[in-house]
Amino acid sequence: MTMTKGDSAKPPGPGGEAAAGETAPARVRRSHVPADGTEHAAAVERAQREMLHEGAAAASLPVDATAKARAPRPRIGADVVCEAVLRQGVDVFFSYPGGVVLPLYDVLGDHPELRHILVRHEQGGAHAADGYARATGKVGVCMGTSGPGATNLVTGIATAQLDSIPMVAITGNVPAALIGKDAFQEIDINGITLPMTKHNYLVRDANDLPRVLAEAFHIARSGRPGPVHVDITKDALQQETNAGHPTESEVIAGLPGFRPNLDGHFRQLKTAAAEIMAAQRPVILAGHGILHAHAEAELLAFAEKTSIPIAWTLLGIGAVDETHPLAFGYMGMHGWKHVNRAIQSADLLIAIGMRFDDRVTGNVRTYAPYARIIHVDIDPAEIGKNVAVEVPIVGDARRVLKALTPMVEATPMEARRDYLDQLTGWKKESTASSWHGSGAWRDGLLSADYVVERIGELTDHEAIYVADVGQNQMWLARYTGFRHPNTHISSGGLGTMGFSVPAAMGAALGVPGRQVWAIAGDGGFQMTSQELMTLVQDRIPVKIALFDNKKLGMIRQWQEIIYGGNYHSSHLMGPDFLKLAEAYGVPAIKATTPAEVDDAIRFAQGVDGPALVWFQIAGEQNVFPMMPAGKGLSDLIETWGGSEE
Amino acid sequence: MSEETTIPTRAAPPPRAVPGTGAVRVHRLVALVLDKPGVLNRVASLMRARNFNIDSLAVSRTDQEGLSRMTITLHGDDVAVEQAAKQLYRLIDVLKVQDVTSDPTVDHELALVKIRATDANRGELLKVIELSKGRVVDLTAESVIVEVSGTEGETDAFVALVRIYGIKELVRTGAVVMSRGSGSIEEALKR
Repeated sequence: MTMTKGDSAKPPGPGGEAAAGETAPARVRRSHVPADGTEHAAAVERAQREMLHEGAAAASLPVDATAKARAPRPRIGADVVCEAVLRQGVDVFFSYPGGVVLPLYDVLGDHPELRHILVRHEQGGAHAADGYARATGKVGVCMGTSGPGATNLVTGIATAQLDSIPMVAITGNVPAALIGKDAFQEIDINGITLPMTKHNYLVRDANDLPRVLAEAFHIARSGRPGPVHVDITKDALQQETNAGHPTESEVIAGLPGFRPNLDGHFRQLKTAAAEIMAAQRPVILAGHGILHAHAEAELLAFAEKTSIPIAWTLLGIGAVDETHPLAFGYMGMHGWKHVNRAIQSADLLIAIGMRFDDRVTGNVRTYAPYARIIHVDIDPAEIGKNVAVEVPIVGDARRVLKALTPMVEATPMEARRDYLDQLTGWKKESTASSWHGSGAWRDGLLSADYVVERIGELTDHEAIYVADVGQNQMWLARYTGFRHPNTHISSGGLGTMGFSVPAAMGAALGVPGRQVWAIAGDGGFQMTSQELMTLVQDRIPVKIALFDNKKLGMIRQWQEIIYGGNYHSSHLMGPDFLKLAEAYGVPAIKATTPAEVDDAIRFAQGVDGPALVWFQIAGEQNVFPMMPAGKGLSDLIETWGGSEE
Repeated sequence: MSEETTIPTRAAPPPRAVPGTGAVRVHRLVALVLDKPGVLNRVASLMRARNFNIDSLAVSRTDQEGLSRMTITLHGDDVAVEQAAKQLYRLIDVLKVQDVTSDPTVDHELALVKIRATDANRGELLKVIELSKGRVVDLTAESVIVEVSGTEGETDAFVALVRIYGIKELVRTGAVVMSRGSGSIEEALKR
């Protein structure tokens, strides 16, 4: 076996970003927050000043305090960082100051079109950059100082790595001469991020910065996206430099080892087409790669031409409008039974931009036992990693689908009538047993799946919904009803609790026109609730649906079903969340019965700015069906005695 | 609709094969990598993180400036090693990976063996070394350092042969390998 990195492939189009060679257009500052001058904005500002002990005399927010006249000065490494970020079409980044990145903070005032969001913890900054990237398709940027600032970013970088999110994480490091001397706040952060990034750099010379940062952005967004970490010594940030920014083609020429293969091999495509024509029970498995490649239209064209139903992974949600007749459902551990049933009885799986994660397959030995598999992925290493496949195709989902669709003959729905009718029957059967039949609902308690469904309805399915991790994540995935790509944001691979609020913050800044809802459990919320203050200070209009069952719900569910009811440490105390929100200056409301749900959601929608709804949901509701770890897709647990479900 | 009709009317299939569970054998990978700081660390870290076990790893410069060559020897089934090669390929600094296990190759390593020698057995030992095509590179009253090169099997045989005299120290470079014939991995890279 020989592999060579191809040299003909070009990087994918910079999805909506300004090409690196062009000058980024000037941006109006804060265009994406509630307009200045409104009554609400004034009220928030007053509250902010009081909280910040600035008194009525303070003329403006602290963020504007740098707008003082400065003498002309030479360009330094820190300026290069700001320029490089702006050249990528990114106008906001998330950071926290510290000793070695102060040179950057010293010049930020000279780059007013670059918006800096002062987070309350670097992890929040990394998740915000992640949320920004997922919502916009652009590269998210976060930054932290050396040592603890850098290690605090690590969870967020790992989250981006496991979900293939384009992100550039920048850290300061101690001056080059101090590296390796255990200097104050020095840690080998390059060594730490090495196994969890697509690539990483240590820059000691400001003249290298334009090239390295351009490479970092190129690598982060091209091929299979992922996070890139750039560590910059303090002296490089301070060093004067005239080094110019490279063009995109110069960047590519400088990366001989990075040539993603974008077009599927013709012979493999022909084989795939023959498999598709021969299949009687085919199912499309749509993954995150569809969204990354902007292949939604091509996916639909392919599915409609062949009349093949589409199932999706957790991160593939939004690849197809869930109301489309061929949209079949969400697969996997907590996926719909009808979807898993279809996979288990399929004779062909057409997997596109997904990686057969263990949450999708369960026990590989019993996975889709009758199916041959076509696997399309842009990363050759994903093919054959978890599941042996018959037809591997390495390429960009959009280009592969574009090439494949004309190669297959049209199959009308009528020709698959028996098959599709059977699947529809299964779907009716399995969706009928959703929350409407749950014990929590019968007992008059607040059933979380009902709340999720109402949020979807009252936002016309047009908002961006950001999940935390655990039961809330599964309820959101199952019951919201997604219509558009990039409106579902979820930490799928790493499963990072505390993700929702900061990621929603990034999404809200990236897509100012859309309502953004963070759906958090009481466990995840308490991990990163400090970012409430960031929402207030920077007036970021995130709506938070806090699902409080006073439990670590998914842990409790596993303890009930797998660990014989040994509920150790899954009972979780929380504060009075109304008082907490009030203390931060976030309008909040409580809902404890189904009748209060709609008004509570509407209250949050009516607030011009961040708002929180405290849903006190049933304490012991389970997410069903559930495939126990290690079992197969045919071994779903659908009910459990004694629970409220 | 009954469950019988939901499933194709074939016999129950055998369990799906799990990648990486086939017959294990020794593989040799040749990788051309950029000669940059940290590349060795990236390769080693990746192999550790992905649960591959390196038997030996030899790194050196090539004839092309800025290009290093790694010869990686590892155990695994064919699918697992292919996976290792693909993971290596994901590294930005790795330009080319080739599994030469099944190719005709020249396959050599170098070993230095410090052997105990006494007046009583030195003559016999030197004869054994000579017959084994070893080369004495250091000689003292109590010891001799021998340089041997060849395949790993040949080194193993030599080491086994001189063990009775007492081995004080042993170092082996690990195999370096080159495909036979006029083909060139470096030239392939330029095309």
